[in-house]
Amino acid sequence: MKKQAINARTYGVKPWYDPRVRSLVYQTLAIALVFWGGWVLVENTLSNMASRGISTGFGFLDETAGFGIIMHLVPYDATMSYGRTFWVGLANTLLVSCMGVIAATVLGFIIGVARLSSNWLIAKLALVYIEVIRNIPLLLQIFFWYFAVLSNLPSPRQSADLGSALFINNRGLYLPQPVPQEGFGLFIAGVVLAVFAVVWVAKWARKRQLATGERFPMVKVALAILVTVPFVAYVIAGDPLGWDVPALKGFNFKGGITVIPELAALWIALSLYTASFIAEIVRSGILSVSKGQTEAANALGLPNRLTLRLVVIPQSLRVIIPPLTSQYLNLVKNSSLATAIGYPDLVAVFMGTTLNQTGQAVEVVAMTMAVYLTISLLISLLMNLYNRAVAIKER
Amino acid sequence: MTDLSVMPPKKAIGPIQWMKRNLFSTWYNVVLTLVVAYLIVTSVGPLISWFFVDANFMGSDPKDCSGAGACWVFISQRLDFFIYGFYPGEQQWRVDLMFLLLAVAFVPQFIERFPGRKWLGLFGVVGLPVAGYILIPGGPFGLSEVESTKWGGLMLTLILAYIGIIASLPIGILLALGRRSEMPIIRGLCVVFIEVWRAVPLITVLFMASVMLPLFLPEGLNFEKLARALIGITLWQSAYMAEVIRGGLQAIPRGQYEAASALGLGYWRKMGLVVLPQALKLVIPGIVNTFISLFKDTTLVLIIGLLDILGTVQSTVTDPSWQNVAVEGYVFVAFCFWVFCFGISRYSQSLERKLDTGHKS
Repeated sequence: MKKQAINARTYGVKPWYDPRVRSLVYQTLAIALVFWGGWVLVENTLSNMASRGISTGFGFLDETAGFGIIMHLVPYDATMSYGRTFWVGLANTLLVSCMGVIAATVLGFIIGVARLSSNWLIAKLALVYIEVIRNIPLLLQIFFWYFAVLSNLPSPRQSADLGSALFINNRGLYLPQPVPQEGFGLFIAGVVLAVFAVVWVAKWARKRQLATGERFPMVKVALAILVTVPFVAYVIAGDPLGWDVPALKGFNFKGGITVIPELAALWIALSLYTASFIAEIVRSGILSVSKGQTEAANALGLPNRLTLRLVVIPQSLRVIIPPLTSQYLNLVKNSSLATAIGYPDLVAVFMGTTLNQTGQAVEVVAMTMAVYLTISLLISLLMNLYNRAVAIKER
Repeated sequence: MTDLSVMPPKKAIGPIQWMKRNLFSTWYNVVLTLVVAYLIVTSVGPLISWFFVDANFMGSDPKDCSGAGACWVFISQRLDFFIYGFYPGEQQWRVDLMFLLLAVAFVPQFIERFPGRKWLGLFGVVGLPVAGYILIPGGPFGLSEVESTKWGGLMLTLILAYIGIIASLPIGILLALGRRSEMPIIRGLCVVFIEVWRAVPLITVLFMASVMLPLFLPEGLNFEKLARALIGITLWQSAYMAEVIRGGLQAIPRGQYEAASALGLGYWRKMGLVVLPQALKLVIPGIVNTFISLFKDTTLVLIIGLLDILGTVQSTVTDPSWQNVAVEGYVFVAFCFWVFCFGISRYSQSLERKLDTGHKS
């Protein structure tokens, strides 16, 4: 482009045929158009808001919210501010997203491997699962779990119990809550100590392998350290963990941890739906490693387990990671469907109730979109870093 | 040639050998097969009896359902509502005509050697919106007007998905060209536009369209709720479309661009006559796939109060005169979506194989 422009100049071409001049004009026009459009929007919005009596600015965040939220990880009650509802919603969104990412990844890898199983029945079952689940809208699946399955569970008085510590009914799942007591610090210290020990042994084993070529059974040793050290610490501290077991009081259960049905339905549907996409990604990733790689590893005398760990998985991860990232992003975005069943996520609480009560549409929508934008950029950044670590090193 | 030594050994073929190899090859495969087979046998039986044997197909009101199996009476009684929403009964032939035109335009696309397939496709993209614009809202030619608040059901789902995809295609092409432009400012604007829309969930876009759009527009200019949702869906979808088309543009070898420039074609003729026809052909499967996801995502409009097919079902399963029909309703909607999405995705896969001419890399 540049060379052409210089040539055009030297041969005395008219300026409106000169690509460089043209491109400058187009870009100036584009910028002018964007600014003009933005100005018109702002102008319209301000005059519209003035005529409807809506004030601008973020002052409303300090006002009292006055509505309750059925689930909050951050301390919250109705006397707190609208600003606090933002954090409550954000925490709930992050909670269901993290739970969903973990469950969908585990499930997706299992199903993806099952799809390639030598067992005909297992492979076909995985295929049916994938084709059925991913062709049905997620919102419908959330409705199904929430309205058709979970709300048909027995009422609190007839709730199903597992070992009289875990209860399921149509109000949710009730789990005993661990309560740390005196001496629990010793157990934590044991865990920290074990982690440090594993890191140190791993470094030592690596150095030894580089020096002598001998492999060290790292996985077994690491597991042994991680289990024994905290266990010994736990015993020495004298069982420092109490349990707050839920119990039926009046019409519902009190105590313990409650998983509300909205969260459960959203989590199940998100995990199952995303897992069907991840399974396909995993399958194509494994298939992308050519057979020659496995055969070469076998020819070198590597046992099957090591072939998988050192040859096949690292190479397939390169193919799997980029689409997996976009599935994680989709899951976080899809968690906003919570608003359809009333799980108090960011969209339901902040963009729903807070927006309706305050009428501050511009500020609320901008804040919500900024949150999703940040999460998306963060996840892609992290995954890009990881991707760079596993990518082919060309020297 | 009947020398037995060159024939395969008898035991290597046949069902028993097949089962031995594919179901019972190792001890853990034996265990897995038996467990899975047991699970399938125990769950399929009750499912079949719920779906068919104990189900009620005939009848006209809730009393005709025994409650032992599925109550399909509910679906058949409310089918009109699920398909047309509140569209007045005597005018429903207009919607039926549109369904017919839609089928005439697009079903032949699945058949390789259908005469005039391309012309029908062109009609589907250009003529169909015009026909729909006249037929469905009514107005001209003495057709009585039907407001968009009365549209609903499957009809609304198809309208949203169809307009969303058709309108986002040209915007997506422009955005993709902009993103690959050599002008830094144009490129920057397109990148920001695409990435922002792709990063936010569709629900926030729909909320924005329904709550914020009226604030953005000058006073007096107001859109109906459906039009606002369509604007949101189109902008959101065009960002995805742009990324798909960009993939196609990148797959065209550099030589094609250079050859077109060498022939003296300007930018728009180079793109329009040489690059885009090849690039768009390459990304047809990708476009079909985005269409499938858009089709599934149209269900989200029920959150801003439009009654698409899921919305109509959701609003009737809570109807007190019918008890416990939620599962039947959801199964019906799931079946509709599944047939559609599975069929189209199979088509897109076969297209991918056919179009794979091998010069992608």
